Amino acid sequence: MTARIQVTPNPKRGDVIEIRIAIQHPMETGFRLDDGGRAIPKNVVNKLVCRYNNVEIFRAEMGSGIAANPFLDFFTVAEASGELVFDWVDDQGQTGSERVALTVTG
Amino acid sequence: MTVPLRRAVLIAALAWHCAGAAAQQPVRPQPLKSGLEFTGPEVRELQQDDFANPGMLWITRGENLWQEAAGREGKSCAACHGDAKTTMKGVAVRYPRIDAGSARLINLEGRIQQCRERRQQAEPLKYESPELLALSAYVAQQSRGMPVSAIIDWQNRHNFEAGRAMYNRRMGQMNLSCAQCHQDNWGKKLGPETISQGHSVAYPIYRLEWQTMGSLHRRFRSCLSGVRAELLPQGSPEFLDLELYLAWRAGGLPVETPGVRR
Repeated sequence: MTARIQVTPNPKRGDVIEIRIAIQHPMETGFRLDDGGRAIPKNVVNKLVCRYNNVEIFRAEMGSGIAANPFLDFFTVAEASGELVFDWVDDQGQTGSERVALTVTG
Repeated sequence: MTVPLRRAVLIAALAWHCAGAAAQQPVRPQPLKSGLEFTGPEVRELQQDDFANPGMLWITRGENLWQEAAGREGKSCAACHGDAKTTMKGVAVRYPRIDAGSARLINLEGRIQQCRERRQQAEPLKYESPELLALSAYVAQQSRGMPVSAIIDWQNRHNFEAGRAMYNRRMGQMNLSCAQCHQDNWGKKLGPETISQGHSVAYPIYRLEWQTMGSLHRRFRSCLSGVRAELLPQGSPEFLDLELYLAWRAGGLPVETPGVRR
């Protein structure tokens, strides 16, 4: 699963930083039928967790109301240099993971 | 000849000449407007934000695929073409064009498919597959901001004329041609939507209705289904001719790939 992450660049200690993540996923609602009239099973990214130096700072539980290619945007306080790790899983059990390094000055 | 009669003959001749010219001369909408100008401010904002634009996910995928070795040759796109950011700059604005080998019209998707089959010796990418969409979007994006410049010459003249004929031909149960909406009535309302000029400069595009990326030929099929005409397969010669006509018609408009539309 392709994902893109964007974090406010060059933060100082104590700064509020914005974190944005977009994940390529069809987010199949489970309400649609295919060309043969059979129900397409629901398949959405149901859980996404973001850890900042191994501390969970954000968790999202999503359902069929979220559009395809979910785009999440949240804030945190830059405390120390380290790593942001994102992990997510969809209804079919497919997992995705992405990490981004963060350098905090001051 | 009396003066009034001579004048009548002159007017008749002039009228005949103008009617002939109108039928012969292909026309562009004036002024040329990108489809972006017919969408709402939210869609415009979404396209212009290089992070929020969902099409950028396909660009990222394409960038990764560009580096990935594939096929029996074990070569990646980058192995021959190097860094796409320099080598693919301005490539997309010249498509569709005549393929030197087969002397047939080929579009960007077709060229990527051909390269994959012949040079990489890999399994062909299906039209409209996520991989082909990602690669064609990535290559087209390198020409973003550059004006579309399809050149019509003796080699592709008959393709151009076939495309133009299709554009102006009434079809389907609704008995509508492309031109009746996108040439004669652009800017007016069709239900809640403003009819655009129907330019092809932002493809592949992310359509909110599709919730995914789609090629120009998928869009053609949507329009054909809208007028209840027979759906042609993606990559068919008729669609390629139409694509060439549209490229000429949009001549000068900047490439917007990846575009976002409703």
